[in-house]
This record gives sequence, C-alpha cells and structure tokens, in this order.
Amino acid sequence: MSLAPTQSVAEIKARNKELIQEVLKVYPEKTAKRRAKHLNVHEVGKSDCGVKSNLKSIPGVMTIRGCAYAGSKGVVWGPIKDMIHISHGPVGCGQYSWGSRRNYYVGTTGIDSFVTLQFTSDFQEKDIVFGGDKKLVKVIDEIQELFPLNNGITIQSECPIGLIGDDIEAVSRAKSKEYGGKTIVPVRCEGFRGVSQSLGHHIANDAVRDWVFDKVTPESKPTFEPTPYDVAIIGDYNIGGDAWSSRILLEEMGLRVIAQWSGDGSLAELEATPKAKLNVLHCYRSMNYISRHMEEKFGIPWCEYNFFGPSKIVESLRKIAGYFDDKIKEGAERVIAKYQPLVDAVIAKYRPRLEGKSVMLFVGGLRPRHVIGAYEDLGMEVVGTGYEFGHNDDYQRTAQHYVKDGTLIYDDVTGYEFERFVEKVQPDLVGSGIKEKYVFQKMGVPFRQMHSWDYSGPYHGYDGFAIFARDMDMAINSPIWKKTKAPWKDVPKPKLLAAE
Amino acid sequence: MAQSAEHVLDHFELFRGPEYQQMLANKKKMFENPRDAAEVERIREWAKTPEYREKNFAREALTVNPAKACQPLGAVFASVGFEATLPFVHGSQGCVAYYRSHLSRHFKEPSSCVSSSMTEDAAVFGGLNNMIDGLANSYNMYKPKMIAVSTTCMAEVIGDDLNAFIKTSKEKGSVPADFDVPFAHTPAFVGSHVTGYDNALKGILEHFWDGKAGTAAKLERAPNKKINLIGGFDGYTVGNIREIKRIFELMGIQYTILADNSDVFDTPTDGEFRMYDGGTTLEDAANAVHAKATISMQQWCTEKTLPFIAAHGQEVVAFNYPVGVSATDEFLMALSRISGKDIPEGLARERGRLVDAMADSSAHIHGKKFAIYGDPDLCYGLAAFLLELGAEPIHVLSTNGNKAWEKKMQALFGSSPFGQNCHAYPARDLWHMRSLLFTEPVDFLIGNTYGKYLERDTGTPLIRIGFPIFDRHHHHRSPVWGYQGGMNVLVKILDKIFDEIDKKTNIAGKTDYSFDIIR
Repeated sequence: MSLAPTQSVAEIKARNKELIQEVLKVYPEKTAKRRAKHLNVHEVGKSDCGVKSNLKSIPGVMTIRGCAYAGSKGVVWGPIKDMIHISHGPVGCGQYSWGSRRNYYVGTTGIDSFVTLQFTSDFQEKDIVFGGDKKLVKVIDEIQELFPLNNGITIQSECPIGLIGDDIEAVSRAKSKEYGGKTIVPVRCEGFRGVSQSLGHHIANDAVRDWVFDKVTPESKPTFEPTPYDVAIIGDYNIGGDAWSSRILLEEMGLRVIAQWSGDGSLAELEATPKAKLNVLHCYRSMNYISRHMEEKFGIPWCEYNFFGPSKIVESLRKIAGYFDDKIKEGAERVIAKYQPLVDAVIAKYRPRLEGKSVMLFVGGLRPRHVIGAYEDLGMEVVGTGYEFGHNDDYQRTAQHYVKDGTLIYDDVTGYEFERFVEKVQPDLVGSGIKEKYVFQKMGVPFRQMHSWDYSGPYHGYDGFAIFARDMDMAINSPIWKKTKAPWKDVPKPKLLAAE
Repeated sequence: MAQSAEHVLDHFELFRGPEYQQMLANKKKMFENPRDAAEVERIREWAKTPEYREKNFAREALTVNPAKACQPLGAVFASVGFEATLPFVHGSQGCVAYYRSHLSRHFKEPSSCVSSSMTEDAAVFGGLNNMIDGLANSYNMYKPKMIAVSTTCMAEVIGDDLNAFIKTSKEKGSVPADFDVPFAHTPAFVGSHVTGYDNALKGILEHFWDGKAGTAAKLERAPNKKINLIGGFDGYTVGNIREIKRIFELMGIQYTILADNSDVFDTPTDGEFRMYDGGTTLEDAANAVHAKATISMQQWCTEKTLPFIAAHGQEVVAFNYPVGVSATDEFLMALSRISGKDIPEGLARERGRLVDAMADSSAHIHGKKFAIYGDPDLCYGLAAFLLELGAEPIHVLSTNGNKAWEKKMQALFGSSPFGQNCHAYPARDLWHMRSLLFTEPVDFLIGNTYGKYLERDTGTPLIRIGFPIFDRHHHHRSPVWGYQGGMNVLVKILDKIFDEIDKKTNIAGKTDYSFDIIR
C-alpha cells in the first residue's frame, strides 16, 4: 500500500487537493466553507501549513476533540501525584478519565499518592439547584480526614460549576486558611470553555501561576542546594514512563532534574521550579504558558526539545547542552556515543522491515510533528498529519521543521474526512487515538494509538525508541492484515457504509 | 543500559533496572519532599481498621472511586441499538469524546456519536443554533436513518428545550420534516448510565408510538403474538442478545429485541468499516407497540420504560439480570407462559448440563465468601447465582443502587441459608468496598476492571464480571445469560478459584504437597 515510487510530488499534491475537494462535497455549503480552511496540501518553503486552527468545532461533524476539563484534569494537573484532584460536578467526567491516560508514578496509592483514584463531588440535582459550594466545603473536610497525607487539593470544574455561579475560589481561600495555608487550587476548566482541550491547558497553567507560584516567595529556599546544572522537565506526562526515559539522559549528561511537569510530579517540584537554570519543554502546546511566565517573572530561559527518535534526540541533547558549559557539552557527546550502538542495532533490525512505509497521523498538540523524525529514522514517511487542538504556532513549527512538500494537512479532522483520506491515500499505518483505532483496523489498516502508546511505551529517549520501533513493526507486519479478506471472496476496496 | 534491540524491554521490565531504580530513589529523596516512610506505613495500616471504616462510611459529600457513570453514556448505548441510528448528544463536545472512548475501550470496537459542540456563547444564548447546524451536518455526512438526541449536563443546566429545538431545526430544513429525531433529556446529575438508557429508550418508543412529537397520528395498538425484549445497559450485550435470540428461535417465538446493539459492537474486520450494523429496525420499533408483552432483563434499567409500555396495554415482566439455573428457569417459564409455547427438550438438556457442571464443581465453591459490586441488576443476578452454588455473597455494593434495590437484595439474602450473613450497600463506592474488604475479608471479589486496585490493596482475588472491562479482552462476546451463559460464569469463577489454590500451593518443597494434579 506504500506510495508508488513513480508518483511525483506534483502528482501527490494534485491527488491530495482533489481529495480535499471531494470530502468537502458532503457538507452543507456553510460547513464546507468553514472546513475548507482547515484542510490543505503543504507547500515547501511556506512558513505554516496554510490551515486555520484553534477555532470552534462545527456541531454534528464528529470532531475528535475533547474539552477544557480534559486538558486541565486529564493532562496538566491529574499527574501531580501527591495532590488530590476533585472532579467537581457530576460523576461522568471523572469516571471516563479515570486512570486511562497512563501517567506513570511511584507512590503508595490512596495513602500518599492519588493519581489513579477518582475523587468526585458527584453532583445531584439539589447541588445544581442550591449551588455546590457547601458540598465542596464538606468534600475538602472529608478528604482531609480520610487522606491526611495529601499535599494539596485541586478543584477541577466540570460544566455546571461555571453555569450555576459557584464561588470555588472563595471556598479554596477559606479552606486553605483553615488548614494552615494548605495548597488548594480552584481551576475554572469547565468543559464548555474554549474550543478544545487547549484552553484547559492554559487555564491549568495559569492556576499554577496564581495558586502555587504566587504563594511561594521567589526567595524561599528549596529544600536542596541549587547547582548551576538544575533543569526542570516541562510538558512530559510520563505516559508509559516517557519522562523517566528522558530524565535519565539529562542526568547522564550531567544535568540535575529538579522537577517533572507533570508526569510523576509532586507539589514540591512545582514549587521548586523557579530555582531551575533552564526549563526544557517537550509539549510546547500544553505548557508554553508557564514556561513564558517563568521566563518573564524569574528570568528562566526555556528551550523546546524532542526526544522521539535518535536524530531528534541528538539534536536536542546538543541544543540543551548549548545552554551550559563544556562539562555538559562533553556530557551530551558522551551520552550520544553511549547509546549509538543501541540506535544502530535498532535501526539495523527494524529499518529493513519498515523502509518506505507511509504513515498518517492525527494526534493532539505536539506529536503530529514531534514523532515524524522517529518514523524517518526508521525509513518511514509521514504523508498526512493534523492536530486535534494545535494553534498556528504549532503549524508553523510543523511546516518549518518537520513535514515534506505535498503532505496532506487536516486540522480538527472530522470522522468522515479522516476515513475518506485514509481510504484514498492508503497509508501503511495510521497513528491516532482510541476512537479512531478500530475504525481503521476494520478497514484493514494497521494502527497505533499515539496518545496512550497503545498501552506500551515509553517512546521518549533512546530506551523508548527501541520500543517505538518494535511497536511500529509489530503493527505493520502483523500477519493478521493478510487475513482480512476471505479467500473465496473478491477483493473490494475499503469503503465506508456511511459515506455512500 | 539494559535496553537492547534483540530483547526489547517494555515499561514493566525497563524501569526495574538498577539505573532507573537509583534515579527514581534520588528523585524522591531530593525533590519530592516525601512523607516520612514510617508515617506512610502508619496511615496505610490505619486505613485498614474498623475505625477508618467508620469514618469512611460517615462520608456525606465525597465520592471516591464510584462504580457508575452518567446518563448520556447509557443513552448513547441504547441509541446505537437501532438500525442506522446516530446518537447526537446536545451539549459540550468533550463529553462525547469520553463516551466514545469508554465504549471503545470496553468493546474494542468503534463507537460513533456526534455532539452539538456547545461553547461559551451557547451557554449564554442557548444551543439552538448548534442543534440546527448539528442536525444538518450529521444528516448530510453520516446518512443515518434516525438521529437520537440526548443531553449533557451543560444543556440541562441552561434548560435547552429539545422538543422545541428539534421542531425549529426541522422548520429550518436541517433534516426532512418526516425524519425521525427522537429525544430524551439525560441530565448527568440525576441517576446514572442506567437511568440514561431508560430515558433514551423511552424517548425512542414514545416517538414512534405516540405520534412523533405531534407530527403524526398515535399508533393504534393491534395486539399480535410477538414478545419484545429489552436487554438494558449490559457490557455483555454482544453475547447475551445473541443467546437470547437463539433461545427465542429454539422456542419458536416471534420477537423484537429493542435496542439491539449486539452487532454494532461486534463488527468483523474484513476491510470495511461499518458505522452502523444490525439494530432494531425502525419499523420493528414502531410495531413493538402491538406485541403481546415486553420483557426487561434489567428492572433498574427500565423503571420508566416499562410503565410507559404497560400504559399502552401490554403485559410487562422485569427480571434482574438473570444468571444461573433458577433465574433462567423463571425467564424461560415466563416466555412459555406468555407465548403459549413449550420449552423445548434442547433447553432442558442445556439446563441439565449446567446443573451437572455445578454438581461436579460444587465442592470448590461451596461456602466461599464473595464481594460483588456493579450495576443494581447485575449485582442481583450474580448474587442469586452464588447463592444457588452454595457460596455467600457477603458484600454486595451498588453505587447506583437505591433503597428499593437494597430491600430487594435483603429479601434475596433472606430467602437462602447462604444469605444470612450477607449485606447490600446502596449508594456506596469502591473506597467503601475497600474498608469492607479489610474489615470483613472475603475469598473473592467480583467486579469490573477497577476492582484490580482493590485486589492490589486488599489481596482479594478479582473475578472480572461487569462494565467496563478494559484490561481483559473479548469476554463480552460470550453470554452470561441462559444456561450456556451460566456455564460461562461458573467456569470463570472456578478458573480463578483453581488458580488461587495453585498459587498458594506451588512453593517447591514447602507447600507443594497440595499442588494436586487432579482437583
């Protein structure tokens, strides 16, 4: 199913443009006009991908996006392990996001760590009618009694909170005072705010700024002695252990990681971060806000990096080392040399099995570009990509550093568009989320979940690259894909029942 | 460095190596400001005590690890049980992403559903425009035969009127005037997913039977011999509905399964994605008004639907997730009584085989103590089966169970000598269950995937029966209803019992005198 080598870039572009026109035909006129702005064929040399982004999703189209609550509770705050995160409102939001993101952590769950517990105020009709602040007060008291070793509490607002006029800030202040200055963070991440998870990230970042940083005076001493080599990992959620397989490289090159945001993170680490000499930022989309704030307020520079695949790892290690002295620069080279035999062995084993295979991606706000280098290290080509909740600065980075001429670009893709694109482009692999996985597998297209690593991982760092390569190989080269057609039947093209 | 291309280490091996262990220990000591280890141990032990249990059960506001979801999930589950039906949830879009993910993680299947994507402006002005545009887009893109509308809590809090909105949308040409758009208000702050199932199903039947929201004549009931069957919200819908159909066919009964989602959650991988598959036809849904009777397999999933059907002149019969010999007997005898058809010898044979299997294995299960949690009907059905196996369902907990459920459970316990020490816990969560398992230990726990945290903390072996099951595959494809289904449940329980006996007796030279080859 790989692209025929004879197909020129011009031909691919023409096909992709035709494909876009074709999918737009299904929409009512007004919708077609709006969707057209989110679909494009990348032109090399352009400063962005030529699509609009971070706009409202259109009703009824089956967007893949989630909400602000998912961005705050699910992504940014949820992994902070020693705090209790209350899903404040009805039961569902906390239930559906319970333990499904795989933010690994070490701790005694239910005693000093709480990531995989579901705390909710489980709103009933009377809470909607009479307001939920009194219940929230009681919820906090009960948490204090039953979970005395928690180091802080966050209140993750679900839709009703902002609609019924609850004052969770007042409750937070009062309870914080009552409990001796305890960190209690109200987060206004109601699901109807903004257009996707993205605003939830921003709101969650701002909540750290306003309710964690502003309580810690810049002069307050961290419990450790600072060194010139202190860095913080920002925007790594430790999916399947990603932050750990990243941290080990930074430490091996001589840096000291004083905080992880937020995978396997703790309140103490958040509080100590203003003491870092450099913030290294993996997920730009979800944590650029707090990085910029720390730059402005504390003068801490920040640097984006990419730990997917050896090419980008090498580039990133050197880039990070560039902020430090020769000791660290030598450390980076030492790390690169140490892992080169592993990289060579992984590529020798898997590249011949994956060379020339094509991939279509649709993920959140970072991976639609960040993983492209890892695929290319294995000889694979990304022929289509798009963001669930990227902004224009993401598409700029994508255009300037990642995608090839003619790549199909689809922002906030709809179920219909994605199915049609895959059906026509026929990639060897699709990388997206759980909602997409079985759709494409039914069509006979190999698939990997690129949010949860399909229950595998880590994919970051050198150790992660070996797993990434193994996983892509096992997806694409699984013998099952040769069995999807009954031998006694003709071989029809994959088709969509709904689209006919 | 432990990682290698030859033997790729996964997360469960990689991080156990000395390099990572050292790194994590340093991280904790230097930067996490950790609690004193002795204090953590003290609290860990305290949380096991009767004193902690008392405080835990005194909770009035906080819920920890509930075993329930919210209404719209059940509405979506019911809606996809109708032919080419697209569920449309009016409100915030993130909710729909959650329902779809949740259902896909359980069934390992696609789950199609759309949202009206309401945001701040809709919160202020109402979501009418979202409904108008949303219906038009869904109709054009996904070519459904029906769009079933339900609501998220956002739309409910601002008070959007579905009936009026749908009417206006039709006037604006979003969908043809005669296109079926049944609806149900499904506020997340009332009841649970089983309530949402009930509301959505009632909404769909009401639409077809009572004049399509004032746009058509109400149907005149002309009684026939058919029997309607409602499965309720059921993680085993694929296996169970197919088993029920087999039984109906063996008995020669004409039937209509209402909300038959057994195919849409079990489509083949053959190169084609079927967004819609199977389901109750819209014609059958309408004609179901003429049936002789309607059977609900889950009373608490049909609290509103059954009275609605009864008011149309049909007999209605409700079961509580029938599992095992007696529950299946009662189900079949009800079918026989209503239809006037005899129960065929083949089913009597199946019954005999289940009794045979229970007799063969009774010694291993008799007197064993169990804890069960889950939806109210599931809990009842499993507890009843355990009682007929001579086991004791000591703790039966249902977060979405109410006082009436508790009373019914206690009556069940009272009916058996094995139920004398058993208790029902309505409106409690899995953190309550944790205290129960520490203070009144049992031999086995039955519940959904989230029970694995209880298994880890309390050491009670978990038998996975319920919804959702995320971490084991394909069990939903096998029935737990009918005598065959009872056999499946029995085998599942026995496998765990035998595995545990083996685990406790396999230390060479120490306990392995009991490591028997025949059990």
